[in-house]
Amino acid sequence: MANTMSVLGPRRKASAGRLALALVTGLILLFLVAPIAVVFPLSLSSGELLVLPTPGYSLRWYTDFFTSSRWLDATWNSFVVGIATMVLATLLGTLAAFGIFLGRFRGKALLLAVLSLPMVTPVIVTAIAMYFALSMVGLGSSLTGLVLSHTVLAVPFVLLTVLASLQNFDQNLLRAAASLGANPVVSFRRVVLPLIAPGVATGALFAFATSFDELIVALFIASPGQFTLPRQMYAGLREFLSPTIAAAAVLLILFSVLLLAVNEFIRQRAAARGAAPGEPTP
Amino acid sequence: MLGMSRRNLLAAALIAPLLLLVTLSFLLPLGATLYRAVDDSEFSTALPRTASLLRAWDGQGLPPEEAFASLVAELRQAQQDQAAGGVLARLNFEETGLRSLLLQASRASARLSAPVKDSLIALNPRWGEPELWRLFKRATGPWTSLYLLRSLDMRPTDQGVARAAGGDAVFLPLFWRTFEISLVTTLICALLAYPVAFTLSVLPQGWANAGMMLVLIPFWTSILVRTTAWFIILQREGPINALLMAMDIVDQPMAMIFTRFAVYLAMVHVLLPFAILPLYGVMKGIKPDYMRAAASLGAPGWRRFLRIYLPLTMPGVAAGSLMVFMLSVGFYITPALVGGSGDQMVSYFIAFFTNTSVNWGMAAALATLLMVMTGLLVVAARLLVPGFRSGGVKV
Repeated sequence: MANTMSVLGPRRKASAGRLALALVTGLILLFLVAPIAVVFPLSLSSGELLVLPTPGYSLRWYTDFFTSSRWLDATWNSFVVGIATMVLATLLGTLAAFGIFLGRFRGKALLLAVLSLPMVTPVIVTAIAMYFALSMVGLGSSLTGLVLSHTVLAVPFVLLTVLASLQNFDQNLLRAAASLGANPVVSFRRVVLPLIAPGVATGALFAFATSFDELIVALFIASPGQFTLPRQMYAGLREFLSPTIAAAAVLLILFSVLLLAVNEFIRQRAAARGAAPGEPTP
Repeated sequence: MLGMSRRNLLAAALIAPLLLLVTLSFLLPLGATLYRAVDDSEFSTALPRTASLLRAWDGQGLPPEEAFASLVAELRQAQQDQAAGGVLARLNFEETGLRSLLLQASRASARLSAPVKDSLIALNPRWGEPELWRLFKRATGPWTSLYLLRSLDMRPTDQGVARAAGGDAVFLPLFWRTFEISLVTTLICALLAYPVAFTLSVLPQGWANAGMMLVLIPFWTSILVRTTAWFIILQREGPINALLMAMDIVDQPMAMIFTRFAVYLAMVHVLLPFAILPLYGVMKGIKPDYMRAAASLGAPGWRRFLRIYLPLTMPGVAAGSLMVFMLSVGFYITPALVGGSGDQMVSYFIAFFTNTSVNWGMAAALATLLMVMTGLLVVAARLLVPGFRSGGVKV
C-alpha cells in the first residue's frame, strides 16, 4: 500500500501530498453524491416550492405520488415493461451466448459486434429508427413496441456478462455429462446454468435497469396513456416543477441503491465461489 | 459428445432467435432510417406522370407543354386525394416559397387555358425559369443528396454543390458544438477521475469499498434522475442560489440553469463514473514492484509518476475517456433539460426534425452523420486502445 503511495514522492514530503490528494478525492466524491443527497430533504418539504431550508417537513409529496393515478400508472407500466424486457433479454441473450460459446465457426467477433451494435449506437438514432419502423407495422405507440425496443437495447449486457462467465467454463464438464447420458438440454440446465448463474443474474439485473431507466425510446414510442416513470418525470419537469418530482426521484434513487445492493450480493457470492461476473458498463 | 457439425447446428439454433430479433427490430429499422436520408420518392409518388416526363426532358430551356399540363393536373388530383403534403413539404424544404407557388397553380388550374405553359407563366413569371424546372427534375429521385448536404450547410444545384441558401450556417456549428461539449466533458472527466481512481486503488480495502459505493450509487442512478437533481438544484430559487445569497456572496440569484455551465456540470456528473471505473481497474492491476524498482534506481517522485505510473495507467484513461466521449456525443436529455437554446446537441435536432417539424429526411440525415461520427470513434478506440472491445465493456 505505502509503496504504491510513494509514487507521489519520498515519504516525508508525501504526507502533505497525500493529504491534498485525499482532500481532492473527497471533494470529487462529494460532488458525485451531494446532488443526489440534496433531493432527499427537498422531497420531504412541507412547502410548495423546492427551496432549502425547507419551511418544515412532511410526507405530503410522497402521499401525492402514491395517490396520483398518473404516477401509479407510470410505475405499473415501468415494472411491466422492465420485467418483460428482463425476461426476454435474459432468455434470448443467455441462449445466444451459450450458442456463441459452443459454436466452432468463423466470424464470431463480427457476430458479437453486430449483436452489441445497439450499445454503441446513439440512443436517439435507435429511438427514431424504431419509431419509424414500429409506426409502419402499427405498433407505433404500444407497450409491446417499447418492450421489443428495450430488449434490443438491453440484450448486449446479458450477452456480454454471460459470455464472460462462460470463459471460466470447462468444456470437459459437457463431455462428462454427455457420457453419463445427459442430452444437451439436460446438461445445459443441470451443469451449465448453475455455473453461469451469477453472470445470468447480473445480466438480468442490468437488462431490468436498462429498461426501467430508459427515457429516449419511451419519448418516441409510448403514448400518453402508456407513460413509464422516466417519461412521466420528464413530462413533469417540462410542465411544472412540483415537489412530487423530487419525491419520485428519491424513490427511484432508493430503488437504484436496492438494485446495486442485489448486484453486489450476487458478485460477492460468486466471488466466494471463485467466479465473479464482471460489471458491465451501460 | 457432440460432433462438429451437430455442435454448430445447435449453436446456430441457440443464436438464431436473438439474431432474428436484433435483425427485425434493430438492423432493418436502422437500415431503413439511413436509407431515408437519401430517399427521394415524394415527387414521383404524388406526381408520377410529370416525374417520367421530366426524367425524359433534357434539362435545356423549358420542358414541353405536356409537362406543364401534367404537373397542374396531377397536383390538383393529389390535393383532392390529400396526397400532396409530402411532395409540397419536400419541394418547399429545398426552396422556401415553392409550396405557395404550387398551391397557387393548383388553385388556378380550372381557369388555366391551353397552352398551360403560357397561362402558368402569366400567372406567375417564376414558371418561366428553367432553374425551377431543373429543380423539379432533380426531385424526381430516386435518390437525393439534399438532406445530407443540408446537414452540412450545403445544397445541391445544377452545377454541383453550393453553400446553403439563406447564408446562415446552422448544422456545421451544431456538429462543432456537439464535438466541443463532448471534448470538454471528456477532459474534465479524465482529470477528475484520475485522483479518485488512484486514491481508491491505494486505500485499504474497506475504505476503498466505501469510496467505491459513492461512485457506484450515482452510476446506478438513472441519468434522468441525476439530471432532475441538477435541474432542481440550479433553479433560480434553488438551494445553490439560496446558499450563495445567505452567505452574501451574491445579492441576487445567479442564472445557472439553461446555461452551458449547467450542461457541463450535469454531464460531468452523469459521466464521471464511466471514467473512474475502468481507470480504477487498471490502477488496481499495477504492481508496486515497478515503482519500487524506479525508486531504488534513484528516480524522484514526479519522474516515477511521469515516466512509469502515468504510461502504465494510460490504457485506463483512454478506455474511460473514449467511453465518456462516445456517450457524450449522443447526449440528448441532459442538455435538453438544463441547457439553453444555444447548448443543444445533434440529438436534440434529430428529435426536433422527427417530432416537431416532421422532416424525416433531415432527421435521418443528421442521424446518419451522428452514426458516422460515433463509428469513427469506435474505430479509433479499437486502433488506439489495446483490448478495447466493441461497446467498451471493460471495467
